[in-house]
Amino acid sequence: MADNKNFGSKRLVVGAHYGFRDWLSQRVTAALMALFTLVLVAQVLFGAKMGYVRWAQIFSSQWMKVLTFVTIVALAYHAWVGIRDVWMDYIKPVGVRLALQVATIAWLVGCCGWAVQVLWRL
Amino acid sequence: MADTAPTRPVYRNIHVTQILSYRLPPAGMVSIGHRISGVLMFLALPFIVWLFDVSLTSEISYERFASTFAAGLWIFPAWLVKLGVLVLIWSYLHHFIAGVRHLWMDATHSVSKQQGHVSALVTLGASAVLTLALGFKLFF
Repeated sequence: MADNKNFGSKRLVVGAHYGFRDWLSQRVTAALMALFTLVLVAQVLFGAKMGYVRWAQIFSSQWMKVLTFVTIVALAYHAWVGIRDVWMDYIKPVGVRLALQVATIAWLVGCCGWAVQVLWRL
Repeated sequence: MADTAPTRPVYRNIHVTQILSYRLPPAGMVSIGHRISGVLMFLALPFIVWLFDVSLTSEISYERFASTFAAGLWIFPAWLVKLGVLVLIWSYLHHFIAGVRHLWMDATHSVSKQQGHVSALVTLGASAVLTLALGFKLFF
């Protein structure tokens, strides 16, 4: 390429690596959530009879709290990438798309905070 | 030259409102199902966190969690709550299995038309069977 200026109005905004980070983070966060699911299902299936005491016991151990916390954060990031893809596919007006993206972040951060609060007051 | 140019098929994003007008192959059904299930779980997130909250906070709130499935929630009768939860169960299972299919394809690079077809059928079948099993446990 003769003109390889990559700043100002000529800045390259598409191309290699721009989608790779989202692609990879969505897969890494998915793997974390899958791990959490397997750990939780194993504890439910192979533990004592289910009731409040057993359920609270599962989440009260420190390692499970940490794993659950990581899963909550992973879920928020994973959902952000996915929902942003949905908005980019279907919502073309830039203003509407921005508003929806902001609402998505607020929605996810709000749910995230609530879930963490529930987890850490146990 | 212009007269003989073949009219080529146009591929575009399938809008939610157009889903029913397409006859999708199994892999396409898994794909759009993955998207729909993801959006459903995203929208239901406050409800899911609420279930997490009441089931975990105290024994009294746990009773409230349990009674949601027996006595209903707010203006919603119990059967509707259960139906909603069943939809979320399907969403989770489908999203999970379709996601594992994605990861497996990414990791092995073993993508062929046949393998994509078979793994899509397995995904649809497994999520349906598991949803039915858990739905049976939920309703009966």
